[in-house]
Amino acid sequence: MKRVYVNEEWCLGCHLCEIQCAFANSGEADMVKAFNNSEQKPLARITVEDGENDIHFAVSCRHCETPYCVKGCITGALTVNENGIVQIDDTRCVGCRTCILMCPYGCLTVGHNKTLLKCELCVENLGGEPSCVRRCPNNAIVFEDRDGGLL
Amino acid sequence: MAINFIHPEFEIIREEKRCIKCRACERQCANEVHSYDQEFDCMESDESKCVDCQRCVSLCPTRALKIRKTDNRYRENANWQQQAMEEIFRQADTGGVLLSSMGTPKDYPNYWDKILINASQVTNPPIDPLREPMETKVFLGKKLNKLEFDENGELLSEIPPQIELEMPIMFSAMSYGSISENAHKSLARAATELGTCYNTGEGGLNQDLYKYGANTIVQVASGRFGVHKDYLNAGAAIEIKMGQGAKPGIGGHLPGRKILEKVSRTRMIPVGVDAISPAPHHDIYSIEDLRQLIFSLKEATNYEKPVIVKIAAVHNVAAIASGIARSGADIIAIDGFRGGTGAAPTRIRDNVGIPIELALAAVDQRLRDEKIRNDVSIVIGGSIRSSADVVKAIALGADAVYIGTAALLALGCHLCRTCHTGKCNWGIATQREDLVKRLNPDIGAKRLANLVSAWNHEIMEMMGGMGINSIEALKGNRLMLRGIGMSAKELEIFGISHAGE
Amino acid sequence: MKKFKYIIIGNSAGAIGGVQGIRKVDQASEILIITSEPWETYSRPLISYWLQGKVKREKMHYRDPSFYKENNCRIRYNTSVEKINPQDQTMALADGEIIGYEKLLVATGSIPFVPPIKGLPKNLKESKSIFTFTTLADAIGVKKGLTNDARVVILGAGLIGLKAAEAMVNQCQSVTVVDLADRVLPSVLEDKSSDIVKKHLETQAVDFMLETSITEIRDKEVLLSNGKSLPYEILILAVGTKPQCTLIQEARGDIGRGIVTDHHQETTLKNIYAAGDCTQSLDISSETQKNLAILPNAFLQGEVAGMNMAGEEAVYDQAFPLNSVGFMGLYILSAGTYDGVAYETQTPEQYKKIFIKDNVLKGYIIIGDCMRGGIYTDLIREQTDLSTIDLKMLITSPQIMAFNQSSRKEKLAQSH
Repeated sequence: MKRVYVNEEWCLGCHLCEIQCAFANSGEADMVKAFNNSEQKPLARITVEDGENDIHFAVSCRHCETPYCVKGCITGALTVNENGIVQIDDTRCVGCRTCILMCPYGCLTVGHNKTLLKCELCVENLGGEPSCVRRCPNNAIVFEDRDGGLL
Repeated sequence: MAINFIHPEFEIIREEKRCIKCRACERQCANEVHSYDQEFDCMESDESKCVDCQRCVSLCPTRALKIRKTDNRYRENANWQQQAMEEIFRQADTGGVLLSSMGTPKDYPNYWDKILINASQVTNPPIDPLREPMETKVFLGKKLNKLEFDENGELLSEIPPQIELEMPIMFSAMSYGSISENAHKSLARAATELGTCYNTGEGGLNQDLYKYGANTIVQVASGRFGVHKDYLNAGAAIEIKMGQGAKPGIGGHLPGRKILEKVSRTRMIPVGVDAISPAPHHDIYSIEDLRQLIFSLKEATNYEKPVIVKIAAVHNVAAIASGIARSGADIIAIDGFRGGTGAAPTRIRDNVGIPIELALAAVDQRLRDEKIRNDVSIVIGGSIRSSADVVKAIALGADAVYIGTAALLALGCHLCRTCHTGKCNWGIATQREDLVKRLNPDIGAKRLANLVSAWNHEIMEMMGGMGINSIEALKGNRLMLRGIGMSAKELEIFGISHAGE
Repeated sequence: MKKFKYIIIGNSAGAIGGVQGIRKVDQASEILIITSEPWETYSRPLISYWLQGKVKREKMHYRDPSFYKENNCRIRYNTSVEKINPQDQTMALADGEIIGYEKLLVATGSIPFVPPIKGLPKNLKESKSIFTFTTLADAIGVKKGLTNDARVVILGAGLIGLKAAEAMVNQCQSVTVVDLADRVLPSVLEDKSSDIVKKHLETQAVDFMLETSITEIRDKEVLLSNGKSLPYEILILAVGTKPQCTLIQEARGDIGRGIVTDHHQETTLKNIYAAGDCTQSLDISSETQKNLAILPNAFLQGEVAGMNMAGEEAVYDQAFPLNSVGFMGLYILSAGTYDGVAYETQTPEQYKKIFIKDNVLKGYIIIGDCMRGGIYTDLIREQTDLSTIDLKMLITSPQIMAFNQSSRKEKLAQSH
């Protein structure tokens, strides 16, 4: 399946992917409104790690072949859809954080409503395609099918 | 220096309503203009550090930023203009030579803009390049005046070595050191994709880029940095750099802080040591000396590579070119005074040399007059800004052009003209690793290839309009040009008629 | 006699894992699920959320109600299995019916351990004031007796007891937790971390009587080992659970700290598999056999059992203790074994302790800001050699940056 892959060689640590992610999932059509007009700033589902020697990279859900988060979910709120995308039904999530305990990449977080927030590849939000990928200024995040092998 | 006489040149306009405090501007400014104020939860800026490179403006996701020239003014004075005064303040502060980067921003006449191109009407009808073949391929090198064949029609004459280009546009010399590894990679990959050449400049050739050799021109300059046998044989041609349009008559100086490990290996000089290219080649004081170097290089490369001699456009350029044509060079490259540079003394850049348009017209005419035009190809550079400039140059007699500044613009350069600080926010004129990585060659090469292929389409369009279907038929075809708003003397030098004539 | 290719006893995480495991391999054959409960599969940990009023009954489904149909499962509710006969691969149901199986998954879970206390009613199920707290039926019972002026006494300061306390504390007059141990969550936390949790719960009006036991249960009152007594309207017995392995034991399968299985989840009885709270697992972090009664473990075991039942070899050999639990806004992650050199950090937002032994992360406890804790979990799961990892960074916070460049690339830039 097509997944989001990051290449730290090109990541600038500008954190714009986080901004674009939060915006795409905010439900607002205007970024300024999304950030400045709402009570709570929209939250990103992608996190940039900043290290020494200017190493940066973004981490978001890998949509694993073996999704420990889904297997560990105590309510059944996390599922894998027919396209392989790990999705969260936030009406069933109780915010127990078992998925956070299970995720090897540390790419799950919790929203303002205390339920799980995770990357769903922008399939159902205003982005339509992963916004982090589309808006990365340096092609450090790509959306590719690499299942055939390594790149 | 208790008082800073100089008011910041720019103002950062941040529309507070639009700013979402994402801090991308802060993270992306190597000059540290932007900062976040925790206490007031707002972004601050220190405009005194701003160079107007537009990186923050381009990356701001809400377009909350713009930069404008400050309207702070010294008292009006037509003679002592603000810039002149500021330069005096600066020199009074530091006691130093003023340094600048890229081509001169001064308002000298630009003759490309005073030349118009012809088109066919009714007779000798135009050609539609989308429907009919249109040739923009050029071969650079010495052309034989006569070809000899044996009785079977086999060619007897030995054709001198040539550079084959799919289009009459090459990337001009920019050294690894003055520009970044990723900028070089972008140029190399784009040149390969386009079927043209880029030029190493005087920085040697990074080992990773030898694979692009067929599309590389390797340069030998007065510092002889990075020159060895494999290097000379790696490229499609060798260029001897005698001079540079932005700084005729002086050498080069790459500061030691830009000589990092990889640059040092490529240039074959120690890490951290200033790389000084002398003003002259210390072994060249005559055309005869030049001839010796040309043939040394030909000898080292088995006479398989054409040799280019690059000079700056200066007052007696035609005579110099004539000498070069007789020295055994295959190609003469002439760099006009509006050409770019990584760093040059401001006074030199802004006052020395002549415009490339005039130099080209003079050189082409002189070589024709002396019947040695076919002995060399002519490549010109120094502020070619569009495909129209290319067409005009070729009609004035050039075989091909070099583009440098235009290529850098394609890579993101916004002509802030602070290359000499080494803090290029676009990852071009810098060796700082965090900045170099901002230029992903995947993107850079694509943008360069886009630009040049777009120009090539436009060149075909203009050629078709003139009823010309081969770049060869355009070359030196000054009848296709008319001057506008030029003096009789200027028209005479260009060898063209005035519009309406 | 009816015969099924697959029968699963149980209807919770292990059983559902079993169905999903079978369906990865065999999409056709019918699966019979036998449950002693009257409900479609529900999430047992959610009973406290339901009692608290945070989750509606219809949101307690562990899987959508369409799950059984979509997976071609026949389900028999309110049905107990009396006996398994491994020789002829049959079982006897409580109503006397005999049915045959080709592959059987035992996912019978655990049952509450009820200590022998003087005065304990003979039939706890009929009590209107004394409850265990592991099933929806328990929670329904508790809810009936829960009034604003009820005084609640909970015996046991473990996960179940404290979740019950959290659920009720704002709906009754008082909650008092009694435990013989000297700290709360004794099997999950250590001294300092326990103390943080206890203090937090105390600020939320939960009372504790530690190092204390109930010596006698009377009507509306318990007597304590310290000589005092506590009145109650609701008494919850939450001292622990024990694996439900009677069926396998009677069929002469091996039992240790639960049903013994190999790493295919097959019991010592041929064609009988077991998964979930009823089993014994090898804890890789301590290399000891344990009864790991935790939901993720149950599902993972069930899935592996199912795949093997359907003929595809799968292995589960990565069991270790794992807990994620929150009490009124305070979250706790813990995993593994608290053995080796401990690195402890504390900030206003977080308490953290990680344990490293023989260059492997053995266990950790995080209280408070527990984001990205799974990175630690994975180091335990994979028993990653820490010599290539920046330990200082790792101890500071769970981050991918702590890995070397090639591992980072493997994690984020390569397919998996």
